Amino acid sequence: MKAEVLNKGIVVEKYKSSEWRSYELVGFWALRLTLVLVLFILGVIVFDIFSKGAGVINWEFLTQPPRVGMTEGGIFPAIVGTFYVTLITIAFALPLGVGAAIYLNEYALQGKFTRLVRMSVRNLAGVPSIVFGLFGMAVFVKIFGFGPSLIAAGFTLGLLTLPVTVTASEEALRTVPRAYREGSFALGATRWQVVRTVVLPRAIPGILTGTILGLARAAGETAPILATGAAFFLPHLPDSIRSQFMALPYHLFIMSTQHHAISQVRPIAYGTALVLLILVSLLNLAAVFVRKRYRDRVAKGL
Amino acid sequence: MIPKNSNVTSNVTIEETRIQETAKHEPAILNKDVENGYCEVKVENLNFFYGSVQALFNVTVKVQGKGVAALIGPSGCGKSTFLRVLNRMNDLIPGTRLDGKVSIHGKNIYAPNTDVVNLRKKVGMVFQHPNPFPKSIFDNIAYGPRIDGLKNKAVLTEIVETSLKGAALWDEVKDRLNEPALALSGGQQQRLCIARALGVKPRILLMDEPTSAIDPIATQRIEDLIRNLCTEYTIIIVTHNMQQAARISDHTGFFLQGKMIEWGGTSNLFTNPQDKRTEDYITGRFG
Repeated sequence: MKAEVLNKGIVVEKYKSSEWRSYELVGFWALRLTLVLVLFILGVIVFDIFSKGAGVINWEFLTQPPRVGMTEGGIFPAIVGTFYVTLITIAFALPLGVGAAIYLNEYALQGKFTRLVRMSVRNLAGVPSIVFGLFGMAVFVKIFGFGPSLIAAGFTLGLLTLPVTVTASEEALRTVPRAYREGSFALGATRWQVVRTVVLPRAIPGILTGTILGLARAAGETAPILATGAAFFLPHLPDSIRSQFMALPYHLFIMSTQHHAISQVRPIAYGTALVLLILVSLLNLAAVFVRKRYRDRVAKGL
Repeated sequence: MIPKNSNVTSNVTIEETRIQETAKHEPAILNKDVENGYCEVKVENLNFFYGSVQALFNVTVKVQGKGVAALIGPSGCGKSTFLRVLNRMNDLIPGTRLDGKVSIHGKNIYAPNTDVVNLRKKVGMVFQHPNPFPKSIFDNIAYGPRIDGLKNKAVLTEIVETSLKGAALWDEVKDRLNEPALALSGGQQQRLCIARALGVKPRILLMDEPTSAIDPIATQRIEDLIRNLCTEYTIIIVTHNMQQAARISDHTGFFLQGKMIEWGGTSNLFTNPQDKRTEDYITGRFG
C-alpha cells in the first residue's frame, strides 16, 4: 500500500513536474500580489496625508494655539494634551498591567481560574473603544468624581491598553528561560527575588515594546476621550490633571466633521492627521529601538 | 534498550576491568558525627507522584556524609526526580506530591514549618545544562550572597575569589571578572555554576548530570573538582555514565523504574552486584 502511494508520488514528480511548476508560479505571484496590494493601500493613505498636510506644517502650526474660530493658527494645545494624556495612560496601565502579568505568570496556580482570567483579558481587547469611553464616563467622571479631565481620560485609555500590556508582559515573562529561574531558586532565592533579579530584567524590554505599541494605539483613539475629558477648544493649556484638554485625534475629528467651515479648515485637518501619524510612527519606532537594544544585549550576554 | 550482540562481550570485560581499577580510591574521611550514626541525608519510604503518575516507589537510602554518592540508572528511572526531592525543587512543578520521610541534617525537610529558602542555601544544586545568569562572572557568584542581603563589596569580592578558587576556575577568569559569564566555554560555565553554588556555603551539593553537555576534557576537570570538593561537601551526583560513577563516587545507588534497586559502596556494587538487574545494567545488557 505504502509503496504504491510512494510510486504514484514519484510518477507525478516525473511526468507532471512542469505542470506543478506553473501552478507554483501562479501561487507565488498571487501571494506577491496581496503583499503589493497591502503596501499600495498603505502608500496611498500616507501619500494623501503627506501631500495635503505637509504644506500647513510649520513652526507656528506646531507651537501656536488655534485662532479666529479655529480657522487659523496651530494645534499646540492638542499636541500637549495628547502628550499629557499619554503620560497618564502609561502611569496607569504599566504598573497595573505588569503587576497582573507577574501575578498570573509567576504566582498564580495555573488552572481553570487563570485560564478564565487570561481569556477575559484577551476578550477585553475586542471591546469597542466607545464602550470604554462610556465606561470611563460612568466610572471615572461620575462615580470617582474626577469630572471630564486629563486623569479620567488617561485612566480610560489605560483600561483600553491594559489587555495589550498584560498580554505582552505575560509573553515577555514566559520567554525567560526556566533554567534561569531554577538556578536562582536553587541558590535560595525567594519567589519575589527570582522575579526581581532574574525574570524582570530579562522581560522588561519585551514588556516595554508591548506597552509602547499599546500606547501608540491609545494615543490615536478618539471615542474613549470624547466623553471623559477632551475639549472642543480651550484658550489655555491644561494646568492640572483635573483640567480638560485638547487632543490630536479629537481635534482631527472636529476639524473634519464638526467645524462650521469644514472646507476652509480642511488643510488644518490634514496637518493634524500628519502630526498624529508622525507621533504614532515615532512611538512604533521607539518600540523597534527598544527591541533592537534588547537583542544586542542578549547577544552580548549581559 | 539496544540489544547487545555477541561481539560486545569483549568490550564488557574491558569495561569491567577499567571499573575495578578506577573504583579503588579510598572513601573520603568521615567525621565523628558520622561514626555515631549521624546522616547528612536520610530518606525513608519515599513515594513521589507527578499528578497521578507515581515516579518513585518506596525509596529508602542513607547518605552518611562527605564523599560522593552517585545515582545511576536508565533514562526516566527517577534518579533526577529523587535528586530534586532533596532541595525541594519539585515544589516548583505544579501537581507533585510525596509521602515518606526526607531528613537532611536530622530535620524533616517536608515538615510544615520548613524554611525552603534556607534549605536550598544548605543544599546547593548544579544542573545538567550550565545555566549561568546573563550577568558578569562576578555578579553570578555574588548573586547568592547578595540575595541574602550582603552588600559589602570587600566581603563579596572575597567570596567570589574563594568560590572561584574552590571550583578551580580562578586562574582562568581572575582578569576578566566583569565579562559576561555566557562568553565562557561550556565547561567553564559549568564550573562557574559550581562556584556559584559554593558561594552560598552549602553543606550538600546536588549535581544533575553535570557533565552530560560537556566535552571529555572539561568533563575530566569537573570530575577532578568533584573529588577535591568531596572532602568538604557531601556530593550527590546523578549520572548517565557508569564509568563516571565508578571513577568518582564512594557510594552508588542504582535506580530502575522508580525503585532504588541497590545501594552500596561503589567498588562493591560494580564488582559484586547483589541484584540481577544491577548486574545486567552495569554489564551493559540493557539501558
